[in-house]
Amino acid sequence: MLLSGRRKLRGWGGVAGMAAACMLAVSATALPLHDQADTAAGRDTPLRTQNKQVSATDTSCGQHPEASLTPSTASGPAVDRIKKAGKLVVGVDQNSYRWGYRDAASGDIVGFDIDLVKAIAKDILGDENAVQYKTVPTSKRFEAIRKHQVDMVVRTVTINCQRITEEKVAFSTAYFQAGQQLLVPRQGSTIKDFNNTLNGKKVCTAKTSTGQAKLEEQPHGSHIVLVDNQLDCLVLLQLGEVDAVFTDNALAAGQAAQDPAVHLVGKPATTEYYGVAMNSGDTDLVRRVNQVLENYRSGGTGSQWEQAYRTWLKAVLPGIDGPPAPLYKNG
Amino acid sequence: MKTDKGAGRWGRKIHALPMRIVSICGHTADQEIDPAYAGSVQGGGSVTQTQYSGRPGDGVDVIASATGSDAPRRRPAWAEQPGRLREAATTEPGRLRVIGALLAVLVVAFGAVTAWQITDRAAAADNVVNRSEPLSSRAADIYRSLADADTTAAGGFLAGRQDPADARKRYNDDIRIASRYIAEAAAASEGSDQAKAQIEKLNEQLPVYTGYVERARANNRLGYPVGGAYLRRANTTMTQEILPAAKELYRIETARLGADYADAKALPWAAWGLGVLALGALVWAQRRSYRRTNRVFNQGLVAGSAATAVVLMWLVVGHSLARIQLNDSYVNGARSLQVLNTARIESLQARANENLTLVARGSGASYNDAYRAELQDLAGKGANGKTGLLAQALSMADDAKGRDTVKTAMKAAQAWWALNATARKDDDSGEYQDALARTIGGNLKSGQKAAQYTAQCFDAVDTNLATAVAHEHTAFQRSANDGRGALGGLAAGAALLAVLGAAGAALGIGRRLSEYR
Repeated sequence: MLLSGRRKLRGWGGVAGMAAACMLAVSATALPLHDQADTAAGRDTPLRTQNKQVSATDTSCGQHPEASLTPSTASGPAVDRIKKAGKLVVGVDQNSYRWGYRDAASGDIVGFDIDLVKAIAKDILGDENAVQYKTVPTSKRFEAIRKHQVDMVVRTVTINCQRITEEKVAFSTAYFQAGQQLLVPRQGSTIKDFNNTLNGKKVCTAKTSTGQAKLEEQPHGSHIVLVDNQLDCLVLLQLGEVDAVFTDNALAAGQAAQDPAVHLVGKPATTEYYGVAMNSGDTDLVRRVNQVLENYRSGGTGSQWEQAYRTWLKAVLPGIDGPPAPLYKNG
Repeated sequence: MKTDKGAGRWGRKIHALPMRIVSICGHTADQEIDPAYAGSVQGGGSVTQTQYSGRPGDGVDVIASATGSDAPRRRPAWAEQPGRLREAATTEPGRLRVIGALLAVLVVAFGAVTAWQITDRAAAADNVVNRSEPLSSRAADIYRSLADADTTAAGGFLAGRQDPADARKRYNDDIRIASRYIAEAAAASEGSDQAKAQIEKLNEQLPVYTGYVERARANNRLGYPVGGAYLRRANTTMTQEILPAAKELYRIETARLGADYADAKALPWAAWGLGVLALGALVWAQRRSYRRTNRVFNQGLVAGSAATAVVLMWLVVGHSLARIQLNDSYVNGARSLQVLNTARIESLQARANENLTLVARGSGASYNDAYRAELQDLAGKGANGKTGLLAQALSMADDAKGRDTVKTAMKAAQAWWALNATARKDDDSGEYQDALARTIGGNLKSGQKAAQYTAQCFDAVDTNLATAVAHEHTAFQRSANDGRGALGGLAAGAALLAVLGAAGAALGIGRRLSEYR
C-alpha cells in the first residue's frame, strides 16, 4: 500500500506530490501518535518531488522561457517526415487581422504569421506554397501538436513556462515581442495608459487571456468585461459598451486597423514573445526553424522580417525597430 | 294494443272527452272561464279572454280554468299557499299540474342548456378555424421569417465582400414579413399579457438585430474580420433574444389553439344529463298516465318526447361528429403542422449554424456542434431518418402526397448531413475554398464548380417542408370546417324543438287535467 502510494506521487508530479505531502505533514503533526512508517513516508516524499520540480524547471524553463535550441540545418526524423509528406502542416488562425486571416476578396489566408510559415516551407520543402493550413481551435492547438496532427502552430502563440512544462510543447526563438496594451477611442477617451486613468472604466479582454490575468492582478479601479473572442471586444468598443480593450498589442493593432476611430495608448503593460510552437520531441525541427528565423531576421532593414512588418503591421503598430534578439539555451 | 273503451281512435276521442268531462265537472267552472269554455264547446265561437286561443279540446285553456276553480273559496293569502301545496301533493289535478310544470321546465331547460353549451362549443370551434389557428400560423410565420433572415444573412456573408442580390432580397423580405406579422399579432393579441410581453421583446430586439447585420455587412465590404464578429453578435441576439420570444409567442398561440380545441371538444355533460332526465321524466309521465287511464298514448306527451329525443339524438350525433372532425383536424392538421413548423425552424437554424461555422473561421466549433445537434433533431441520430422531427412528421402525414413531400425532405436532410461532413473535412484540413464551395456553391480549389453543395440540400428541405405545411394546412382547414359545420344549426334547432317539446308536454298534461273538470 505504501509502495503504490509513492509510485502514484512520483507519477503525478509536483502539484499532487505537494498536496499529498502537505496532507501527510498535517496529519503527522496533528496526530502525534500516528504510525511511524507513515510519518517517515511523509518526510520522504516532499523532498523528492521538490527536487524533481526544481530540476525540471531548471532544465526546460526558468527566467527565459523564450530561450530555444541552437539553430541547425541538419535533418532529423521530424524534418525527414515533413519532406516525405511533401507538405508542411501548420495550425493557423484565420481570424487575426494582419496576422493570419482570410482575405475577404481572394479567400486566401494571409498575414504576418503566414509570411513566416511560407519562409519555413520554402526552406524545408523548397516551395512556399507546400503548406496545408489547418484550422485548429485555440483550445486544441497544443493537443494538435502533441498528437502530431500538425507539424507546428504559428498563430501569435505566446511563449511561456506553463506551455513548455505542462503542455509539453517546444518553441522556436521569439519572432515578435508583444505586450498587453490598451486600445481606446481616439476621441473623448480619458484613458492614457495602464494606470489609474482606468478608474471606473469598463475594460474588455478575452477570457483566459494574459490580459485577464494582468487586469485581475492590477485592475486600477476598472471593471473587467470578458468575451470569448478578442475581436468581440472591438464590437463592444464600437458599440460604446466598454471604454477600452486590453489585449496583445499585436492583436489590438489588428483591431485598430479595422477601425480608424480607435488607437493604442500608453506602453505595453507586459512583455511577451511569440514563437513557433512545435512538438517537444521534434528537436531537429525546432533547430531548423530557428535557423530559418536567423535568416528571416538577417539583413537589417531589408530583411524578410522587416518586409513582412512593413506589409502587415507598421501602419497599425509603428515604432518597432526590429525583431527581438534570439536567445539560445546552452547546448 | 289497448284502446280506450267506447272511444275509438285518437282524434275522435280527444274531441269527445272534454265535452264529457265538462258535463261532469261543469258545476265548478268559474264565471270568468265560462265564455271561453263555452266558446270551445260551441266549437267556433269567438275566443278572446284566454291567452291560448284554444282549438276545441286542446285543453290548455282548461288548465287556466282549473286554476281558477278555487276562486269562489278564496282564502287569505297566507293560508292559500300551504293549501295549494297540500292540494298539489294530495289531489290528482294538483299532481298533474306539478308534473306538467316540471316536464315543461325540464324540457325547456334541456333545450336552453343544449343551446348554451353548443353555442359555446361552436364558438370555440369557430375560434379554432378563424382565430387561434391563424394566430398560431402567424406566430409560426414570424418565427420562421426571423430564423430565415438570420440564416440568409450568414449565407450572404459567406459569399464574399458583397452579399448576393437574391440573398439580400430574401433577407429584406424576411424582415419585412416578420415586422408586419409582429404588428398584426400585436393587434390580435389584446388581452393576453403573456403574448404582449413577447411581442414587445420582438419589437425591441428586431431593430437591434438588423443594426448588427448592417454593421457586419459594412465591415465585410471593407474586408474587416470584425464584420464576422458583428454577424456572430447578430446571431447571438437572434438565437438568444429574438427567437426564444418568437418561439414563446408561437407556444402561447398554439396553447390557445389547444384550449379552443379542448373547449370545442368538451363533452356537454349538462345537456346530455338534462336530456336523459327530461326524456326519462316524459316516459315516466306517460307510463303514469297509462297506468291511471289505461290509455296508451297521450298525444302531447308523445310529441314532447319525440321532440326531446330528436334534440338529444341531434346533440349526441352532431357533437360527436364535430368532435371526430375536430380531432381529425387536430391530429392530421394542427399537430402535424406544429411538427412541420418546428422541423422547418430547426432546419433553418441548422443552416444558420452551418454558415456561421465557416464565418467564424476556425473558432466555429460551437456553431458546428449546434448544427449537428439541430440536423440530428431533424433527421435522427446520424441522420438515420428513423427518429427526429421528420420521422415524426412522416408518421403523422395522412396521405401519400403528405408522405412524399416529407420523404423528399428527409432524403435532402440526409444528403445534407453527408455533404456537410465532407465540407467540414475540407475546412479542417485547410481547404477553406472547397468547404465554402460545398456549402454555398461556387468553384472548388481545382477550378471546377462544386456539383453538389449543402445549400441545395437545405433549399430542398425548406421548400418541401413549406409544401408539406401548406398541404397539412389545407387538410386542417377542411376537417376543422367540417367539425364546425357539424354543430351548425344545432343550438337554434335545440332551442326551437325544446320549446315545441315543452309545449307538447304541457299540452299532454293539460289534456289529462281537463278530465278533472
